Amino acid sequence: MLTDLTLTDAQEKLRSGAITSVELTQQHLERIQTIDPDVKAYLTLTENQALAAADQADQRRQQGDDTPLLGIPLAIKDVLMTKAVQTTCGSRILEGFLPPYTGTAVQNLFDMGVVMLGKTNVDEFAMGSSTENSGYGVTHNPWDLDRVPGGSSGGSAAAVAAHMALGALGTDTGGSVRQPGSFCGVCALKPSYGRVSRYGLIAFASSLDQIGVFGRTVEDMAVLLGAIAGHDPRDSTSMDLPVPDYRAGLTGDVHGLRVGVPKEYFIEGIQPEVEQTIRAAIDQFVTLGADIREITLPHTDYALPTYYLIAPAEASANLARFDGVRYGPRQSQGAMWPTYKATRGQGFGAEVKRRIMLGTYALSAGYYDAYYLKAQKVRTLIRQDFDRAFEAVDIILSPTAPTTAFRIGEKVDDPLQMYLSDVFTLPANLAGIVGASIPCGFDRAGLPIGLQIMGPAFDEPTVLRAAHAYQHATDWHTRRPTL
Amino acid sequence: MKVDRQTVEHIAELAKLQLSETEIERFAEQLSDILNYAERLQELDTDAIPPTASVLPLSNVLRADSAQPSLPRDEALANTADQAEGQFRVEAVLDDSSD
Repeated sequence: MLTDLTLTDAQEKLRSGAITSVELTQQHLERIQTIDPDVKAYLTLTENQALAAADQADQRRQQGDDTPLLGIPLAIKDVLMTKAVQTTCGSRILEGFLPPYTGTAVQNLFDMGVVMLGKTNVDEFAMGSSTENSGYGVTHNPWDLDRVPGGSSGGSAAAVAAHMALGALGTDTGGSVRQPGSFCGVCALKPSYGRVSRYGLIAFASSLDQIGVFGRTVEDMAVLLGAIAGHDPRDSTSMDLPVPDYRAGLTGDVHGLRVGVPKEYFIEGIQPEVEQTIRAAIDQFVTLGADIREITLPHTDYALPTYYLIAPAEASANLARFDGVRYGPRQSQGAMWPTYKATRGQGFGAEVKRRIMLGTYALSAGYYDAYYLKAQKVRTLIRQDFDRAFEAVDIILSPTAPTTAFRIGEKVDDPLQMYLSDVFTLPANLAGIVGASIPCGFDRAGLPIGLQIMGPAFDEPTVLRAAHAYQHATDWHTRRPTL
Repeated sequence: MKVDRQTVEHIAELAKLQLSETEIERFAEQLSDILNYAERLQELDTDAIPPTASVLPLSNVLRADSAQPSLPRDEALANTADQAEGQFRVEAVLDDSSD
């Protein structure tokens, strides 16, 4: 099955002429038809467009074109705008929305000849940790269909885990790429804030949002990141810095690499098998010649409340644009304000409303200083923790999430419990640094466990090199769910 | 911090969100829980700490003030529920009976 190839293997086979993009794409579409009725990773399938793009890629190749991602089938999270292809953010308030343009990261992929298979399910507006908040149904974890895939990029993670795409784009505001990567047993990377243009990413929390990648190997992620990273005049927060050759940096060598293990990330409430597995992964780095040091990130405990004030505050402002005037269904009430309220009241789901309410409260007169400004100041303390830590170490290892995938329905009525599943991932967003998650083992129920690797802002090469070296010495990433 | 029903209604009005009776009750409880949890930030002395609005060392990113191609009007209007004369049409703004 061509769907079992890694992205980089598929590249080689396309290049050598052993396979065509049309064959590769067809096999993916067939697999999606067979198993996606159970997994429900995709919201929209773009079959015709995919086959046309694959055919075009094959023609380009015949003419001597050797663009790295030419003809590679990928999945795209449904918060990224794709021209004339429905983009919903998992929300009923954008039902039927056909974007007038494609965002920069996806357009870069299209220009390289990438084949988009479809748009993947998300927690509504990327707010959630289980993909249960989608307005279009729940995605199931390929390792156990009764469990969540994580979120909010649960559809993209499940698609890659179940071999329904060679790789995928997601977005990560507080862990939405890394946590589903951990739950689904695939590799996931949240680049530094400013590394990838956010133009065409429908905004949730603008100071935290970042587009990330999923792959079945670190090498695959390195190729994908190289394709989407870089400055974009359309996003004033994208940094004008050179894009390194991420793949060339995967030397397999971590001798002497200074690796920090923060004591605050091994807390009460963490699933014992997760802790044991992470400790074993750390030992593997010792075997590989890395220099392990215990470090402290003293404000870790404050990251969750800080995040849940800042992100909803930004969301409440960003989501003000959804009022039924320019896009999405309108619930007409005969006058403007009642129409706005009805449109938003009926179009948004519970979690989105909860966060808009929380954010509006935190920004409202009398509470701004106590909540929003306070959170912004604590954000500075959290950044300073990382600045200090990265004076002494090159990367930081931790669990990606405190537990493995939980059962569908288990946490839907308890927002705080749900928020806690991002407790180890959201500090990286607050600090704007790099965070990756790679498979490092399984619990007794056979559910994947993810190792988080954090690195300083714009040091994706070191994080990827460490992740690749670990993967080179282990085979966790080669295990696949049976579907 | 206890968020009461009146506060929920006030915030919903600011956010232009129509909420059901059940939602008002549930949000009063859940927002209280979340804000109580957030109270722990008050433990930290942040008087001398500057706030972080963005992690990037950037300010006032400007481009040249020159005309550039923009979205054609018909494409910008293509997703609206109601348009007239090349514009988005909204309902009466001043005839507001809601408050």
